Amino acid sequence: MSVKYNLSALKAQALQFRREILETLETAGSGHPGGSLSAVEIFLVLYGVVMNHRPSEPKWDGRDRLVVSKGHVTPVVYVTLANFGYFPKEELKTFRKFGSRLQGHVTQKTPGVEFNTGSLGHGLSYANGVAMAAKLKGKDFKAYCIMGDGEIQEGSVWEAAMSAAQYKLDNVCAIVDYNKVQENGLISEIKGLEPLVDKWKSFGWNVIDIDGNDIEALIKAFETFKATKGQPTVIIANTLKGKGVPFMELKSAWHGKAPNKEQLADALKVLY
Amino acid sequence: MTMKPTPTRDGFGEELALIGKENKNVVVVSADLEDATRAEYFKKACPERFFTLGIAEQDMIGMAAGLASEGFITVANSFAVFLTNRAYDQIRMDICYNNLNVKLAATHAGVTVGEDGASAQCLEDLAIMRVLPNMKVLCPMDTIEAKKATRAMLTEKGPCYIRLSRAPLPVLTDDATPFVIGKANVMRDGKDATIIACGVMVAEAMGAAEELAKENISVRVVNMHTIKPLDVGVIMACAKETGAIVTAEEHQVAGGLGSAVAEALVQGMPVPMEMVGVQDSFGQTGTPDQLMQVYKLKSVDVALAVRKVIQRKKKV
Repeated sequence: MSVKYNLSALKAQALQFRREILETLETAGSGHPGGSLSAVEIFLVLYGVVMNHRPSEPKWDGRDRLVVSKGHVTPVVYVTLANFGYFPKEELKTFRKFGSRLQGHVTQKTPGVEFNTGSLGHGLSYANGVAMAAKLKGKDFKAYCIMGDGEIQEGSVWEAAMSAAQYKLDNVCAIVDYNKVQENGLISEIKGLEPLVDKWKSFGWNVIDIDGNDIEALIKAFETFKATKGQPTVIIANTLKGKGVPFMELKSAWHGKAPNKEQLADALKVLY
Repeated sequence: MTMKPTPTRDGFGEELALIGKENKNVVVVSADLEDATRAEYFKKACPERFFTLGIAEQDMIGMAAGLASEGFITVANSFAVFLTNRAYDQIRMDICYNNLNVKLAATHAGVTVGEDGASAQCLEDLAIMRVLPNMKVLCPMDTIEAKKATRAMLTEKGPCYIRLSRAPLPVLTDDATPFVIGKANVMRDGKDATIIACGVMVAEAMGAAEELAKENISVRVVNMHTIKPLDVGVIMACAKETGAIVTAEEHQVAGGLGSAVAEALVQGMPVPMEMVGVQDSFGQTGTPDQLMQVYKLKSVDVALAVRKVIQRKKKV
């Protein structure tokens, strides 16, 4: 079984998402570019290829549930949702402004957002609960949970990891956006995660270790998840923090700072 | 026939199991204390809807949020200390901020936990639960009321916290006593002062009123089983009609029932007020009765506060 997709169209869309993320951030004057740019392909593939969802009916019961546990990457979340038609693109200009449905961190005010987050380490337990509910009700929707790499330094993530394995929640798919950088520097220099694949394996998870900016690799990984029974799946998405803008790449300074007008112009010149 | 003193956790556990049998939409999550909280009665009645997460309170609350978001009435249970303090961020974010239908059943609240000592004696839960938006806070006074409170909590939508005891508490209500969330019950009428109490302190307040009656002091006793939403109407009526208020709680005097009542009084009808509660200290090992004495939570202490507040009222 293989899904149909148009690789060159998806690649073009990824580039467009990155441009809109940068523009949205510049308009807002604050926000988180680094972890948004690293996760573009993850969001694009989930909404464009992998998940069952209906933008015109965000609470459709049969939808797959996506939990954005790294709740600060609102630029990529909102750009993705706007592009898939959950709300008018024009609304991106209200991001982080008073009265906007597009709050600083994700909330259910935004059509398509399942769960308010913003404090790290919460999403996986919630996803487990959603997955448990699916099993109780005999429904076959999936629970996806996108986490940051720095986020999994939170102990609660590992409490949840143990539970998903204990209850054999094969309808849970965690995605770790392993972009190697957190707010104050390199993960490896602050609190290293390695050996990350072995950690998750030892917790009883099906682990898929891929280039998380590679669209085809992501699609294949999600296919493997859907075919895996009896254990939860985690995709270790090795990505590049700030991907697409060379002067932002791997720079912790761009974790939580918006580009100004000049920086936006510079970024768009070199964006790939 | 009067019932013998019974822990409020028992009433909770029995009613929860009953409701579980009636309503397939009720699920329970646990963190390895279901034997002590009496949630195990539900586990025995409805094993397919009971989930233990092991000793992991944060995970338990997150899981509860996920289940609730899919339409299940979800009850999380543990000791008050672990449930409220350990998982506070999850309660704030996952349950209250997302406004989900999760019920938090916390047993072993207060110094009447006894021999386990300070680490297990939660004295701040009412304070930290009532400041959370969307949260309701209940503290039943006896096992019969605990049953009614449990049913009311599961019937009403949204986050709710219920504070329950390990120690046997005197049973002063009966099946006919009304229980409505947010509606206080007047247990005894009086005109010189009002004692507003919750949980174990209602029985102590009744004892105090009995003692004071011998001195011809007429005291009203209000069972404020709901700390949030607070029955401000009853508080205003008591202030107007008796002119003096004493609050009594098995909790820090800061932030709990007394503070909630004071907030209402100073804004609505300031009258002399005294607060009975734990005075900014941790508990310790001892029998429940010893600790109630040491922390000045007995009926004699409540009576003392009433005499004091009446003296102040006379000076006004």
